[in-house]
Amino acid sequence: MTLSITLVVNGDRHRVTLEDARPTLLDVLRDRIGLTGTKKGCDRGQCGACTVLVDGRRVNACLSLAMTVDGARITTIEGLATGDELHPVQAAFVECDGFQCGYCTPGQIMSAVGLIAEGDAGPDPERIREGMSGNLCRCAAYPGITAAVQDAQARLAQVEGTKA
Amino acid sequence: MNRFDYLRPASLAEAIDAGARPGASYLAGGTALLDLMKIGVARPGLVVDISRLPGLDRIDRLDGGGWRIGALVRNADLARDAGFAAAFPAVAEALLSGASAQVRNVATLAGNLMQHTRCAYFQDPHSACNRRSPGAGCEARGGETRGHAVLGWTDACIATHPSDFAVPLVALDAVVEIAGPQGSRALPLAQFHALPGAETPGGVALGPGELITGLRLPPGAADFAAHGRYVKLRERTSFAFALVSAAALLRIRDDTIIDARLALGGVAARPWRIPEAEALMIGAVPGTDVFETAAARMVQGAAASGDNGFKIDLARRIAIRALTLAAAGTPARMPALPASVFAPATGAVHHA
Repeated sequence: MTLSITLVVNGDRHRVTLEDARPTLLDVLRDRIGLTGTKKGCDRGQCGACTVLVDGRRVNACLSLAMTVDGARITTIEGLATGDELHPVQAAFVECDGFQCGYCTPGQIMSAVGLIAEGDAGPDPERIREGMSGNLCRCAAYPGITAAVQDAQARLAQVEGTKA
Repeated sequence: MNRFDYLRPASLAEAIDAGARPGASYLAGGTALLDLMKIGVARPGLVVDISRLPGLDRIDRLDGGGWRIGALVRNADLARDAGFAAAFPAVAEALLSGASAQVRNVATLAGNLMQHTRCAYFQDPHSACNRRSPGAGCEARGGETRGHAVLGWTDACIATHPSDFAVPLVALDAVVEIAGPQGSRALPLAQFHALPGAETPGGVALGPGELITGLRLPPGAADFAAHGRYVKLRERTSFAFALVSAAALLRIRDDTIIDARLALGGVAARPWRIPEAEALMIGAVPGTDVFETAAARMVQGAAASGDNGFKIDLARRIAIRALTLAAAGTPARMPALPASVFAPATGAVHHA
């Protein structure tokens, strides 16, 4: 039996047919839609490399069957920048050296976007580290990641301030 | 992952009809089930996706002072609900000490209570495990047992229940609402996870097709809001299961304990609660003496099931720590490291 789902990924509507219900959101994003920015690390929800936003909330794409997110709005790392202009969180990761090898970085950045939107952490580095604990970095770029989240929050607050 | 049929029922009745079929599994957030399917421990022939069933995602205050939380409320949404977190700060703290932000955004109330043990032998399909296949034996016995049970275990099973959330809930007399082919029933959460018997492993007491529809907290459970804490010792600062944990909830008037609740996590196949230990504290002045007495009663009869004898003293000490923090008062703001032993004990105190 062929199954069919619709995903709105970074604003674009994709209709995807599946042979069966096994593919995860992660596999559909990478293998069917061709967006390979979202990484497969552990594939068990432990490393956070596959973090994307589903209807605005950060989740592990490896732990969602694609069928269960049928109709959802997905934001991946490819959907953050506006043309050549980096998203403030991306810019902050570059400026603060928030990575080394880069494999975990798309997940770190998407998780940071989610964390900032949740609004619970504020500038406290302890709260940022706790809020980012679902994202592992085997290069241990954690000090840079924490600084990048702080920096990005300040940038985003400034953007909001300009709008107001 | 095995092939399976997938069904997204539109109503609870339709879900139960499908869920009662042999080989069916309910799927809500999926963070636990999908993980077990990937490692071959869960092999459902039919996945019944209940995540979109209407009406199961509400948080309601009931007339008379109780609360009802729908089965599909996401862990993060419950912890962040301002009214709920103010009434049940220890429950919110326990929720926020579990898993990661990504998992909490998806995992549901019912899924948390339904999750399986993280015993490595249960999680390995090639190891003998009475929980996975009753009668197969238990390879955890004599194996790597650092995290296993020290209370309520038998030779049939030495696994612990991994939930943080359930620990303060059991202390607060939470009741699980269950629906199934024979209708609805309610069961105290304290009885929801069976302890192992001489021949039988522990586990969840649900019949074929039955599923959790919600959880009730009785009137009076929120009276502990001013002195409610959860403390969790784990082997890294965040995103790890408890080695041992404790929920401590007190009501204090005129420097006297007028009511007390205490439950331990990570020590048995279900949250461990001894009403007698709580009764020992009533009428006493909060302090180390009475907390040590109560904590000692909690681990009475505890025994190592392997290389885990250290957990007995650790559980006793974590209980004392949780009681001490609870007596000091619920912090005005959730600690930066929820439930962590590294969180400072001082800070602004909130007296509801």
